[in-house]
Amino acid sequence: MGKTIIEKIIQAHTDDDAAPRKIVWMGLDVRSARDFGGPNVVKNYEREYSGLPLADKKKTFFTFDLCVPASSLKYADAQQVCRDFAQKHDIKVFDVNKGIGSHVLIEEGLAGANSTVVGTDSHLNILGAVGCFGQGMGDVDIAFAFRTGKTWFEVPETIKVLLKGDFSYPATAKDLTLKVLKELGTKRAALKAVEFYGEAVRELSLSGRITLCSMVTEMAGVIGFIPEFEDSFRKEIEGISKTEFNPVQADEDCHYSEVIEISIDRLAPQVAVPFSPDNVQDISELKGTKIHSGFIGSCTNGRTEDLALAARELNEKKVKEDVMLKVVPATARVYEELLEQGILQALFRAGAIISNPGCGGCAEGHIGLTGEGEVQISTGNRNFEGKQGKGKTYLASPAVVAASCVRGEIASPEDL
Amino acid sequence: MAEKKTAHRGRIWIISDSQGNLIENIDTDQIFHNAFLHITELSQMGQYALGNLEGWKDFSKKARSGDILVAGRNFGAGSSRQQAVDCFISLKIGLILVPSFGAIYFRNALNSGFPVLKSSVLEELVREKKLETGDEIEVDFLQGEGLSLSKDFSFRVEPMSSVQSDIFKAGNLFNYGKTMLKD
Ligand code: SF4
Repeated sequence: MGKTIIEKIIQAHTDDDAAPRKIVWMGLDVRSARDFGGPNVVKNYEREYSGLPLADKKKTFFTFDLCVPASSLKYADAQQVCRDFAQKHDIKVFDVNKGIGSHVLIEEGLAGANSTVVGTDSHLNILGAVGCFGQGMGDVDIAFAFRTGKTWFEVPETIKVLLKGDFSYPATAKDLTLKVLKELGTKRAALKAVEFYGEAVRELSLSGRITLCSMVTEMAGVIGFIPEFEDSFRKEIEGISKTEFNPVQADEDCHYSEVIEISIDRLAPQVAVPFSPDNVQDISELKGTKIHSGFIGSCTNGRTEDLALAARELNEKKVKEDVMLKVVPATARVYEELLEQGILQALFRAGAIISNPGCGGCAEGHIGLTGEGEVQISTGNRNFEGKQGKGKTYLASPAVVAASCVRGEIASPEDL
Repeated sequence: MAEKKTAHRGRIWIISDSQGNLIENIDTDQIFHNAFLHITELSQMGQYALGNLEGWKDFSKKARSGDILVAGRNFGAGSSRQQAVDCFISLKIGLILVPSFGAIYFRNALNSGFPVLKSSVLEELVREKKLETGDEIEVDFLQGEGLSLSKDFSFRVEPMSSVQSDIFKAGNLFNYGKTMLKD
């Protein structure tokens, strides 16, 4: 029988038989740790492998993105512990100026199609967007991966999700993603790999692919792939990563544990209501909900295209006086593109607070928290209670967040 | 280092509710209450094992070294909590045998070199009272065979995968990493 994409990628990295539900040793092309989690990786390593070399220092990295530069002693210490270890072992640190680790790995050409990457980031499966098997793991596994260059993994079963129909603005990749999350919930894709097919996803650019694949975490899935692509996407990703893009495809006779069809025709903007990312409603149900703040950024919606959409909605308009809009580009490279294209200027003129690249606003603690009673609308991926403070967080697209910040209430771009 | 034993004989505890059914979805907070997460000393952890599971709060007082735990599906559900594995190591529990584990729990237990095995026939055996608390059983980890010495029958257990037995024999994941160094 043929193999699905995840089965092929794992098979190329193991001597075992990569059949679904088999536990196999898997070779790793990249292993990384972040500023949170990193110090425990270092602690484990020093305790267990003190004086022993890493399997391959060229494939081992630190990426600082959660609290950059450190705004609390906890993170300042954490980052320094990692830097000291990195210096001792001569490994590269993508330091506090670089941006979200998973995005940096893509931009640096380190997370290429068909490769395997693990790190301490639970959203590392975002790398499925470029055909890479990325996976978040705990500090014990990552310390072991630093030392040995491998890890073990239970080969997941694969489900096929077929998106029927097409969508158009003001619906965006984020609305498509929230719609899929609504349909799949947190159970149907649990512990499975997902392959997304359909015209609407084939046409997605890198930022849209990243948006969809990043939220496979919220679907409780292992990894999401979007196997089909237009030539424009190949050009885009090859241009950014400076590596060839040749992702493996599933065999025609491979086995899917389930095939699910989701209709997205006439897709309206979608909003996830607190406190669960799969608690998704059409925007029409929520219009008029008063908001106090907005956040545009995160690994889900922090790329140039995302921020450009927001800027387009904010063009010549102002964020409402009693609303605070926080904008955080995903990476330094994105930041530079935004500067060059005049997008930061447009966002600034509309009244947004713009921060340096990173996770800020998604992770707790950086670029502010929400206070009790505060209602925030965010382009992030999680709206669990207490995640960004005591307030309530709604999840939506950059266009909806921008429109809502102009109106001071949940609003669609069409309402402007 | 002496080869680790790949079979275990011990007395079983059927973790069931008042109706006698195996309790399902026992989560890591029921196994090890979050009020005691500050405890880092392995020897201190055993006393809290199952300390937050209704009907089983006195488990640690009753359990003896080498005992075997039999519970319902999705054992160790919920968030990652190493103490939820370590508390059983602390009590010297010999084996946990359930129909299925929470994914993170399974990973943590396997990495710790603690024997955790699955068997799809447990629910039926418990329903038919072929397995009862206090029975003596022996399980071969590599062959995947369970044997009831009390009632004299055998049953199917999923054998350890080669990955699991590699780690188990080395003691834990880190030790396995050290043995790999030699090749
Ligand atoms: S933006 Fe949020 S979800 Fe994404 S990697 Fe950073 S902290 Fe994690």
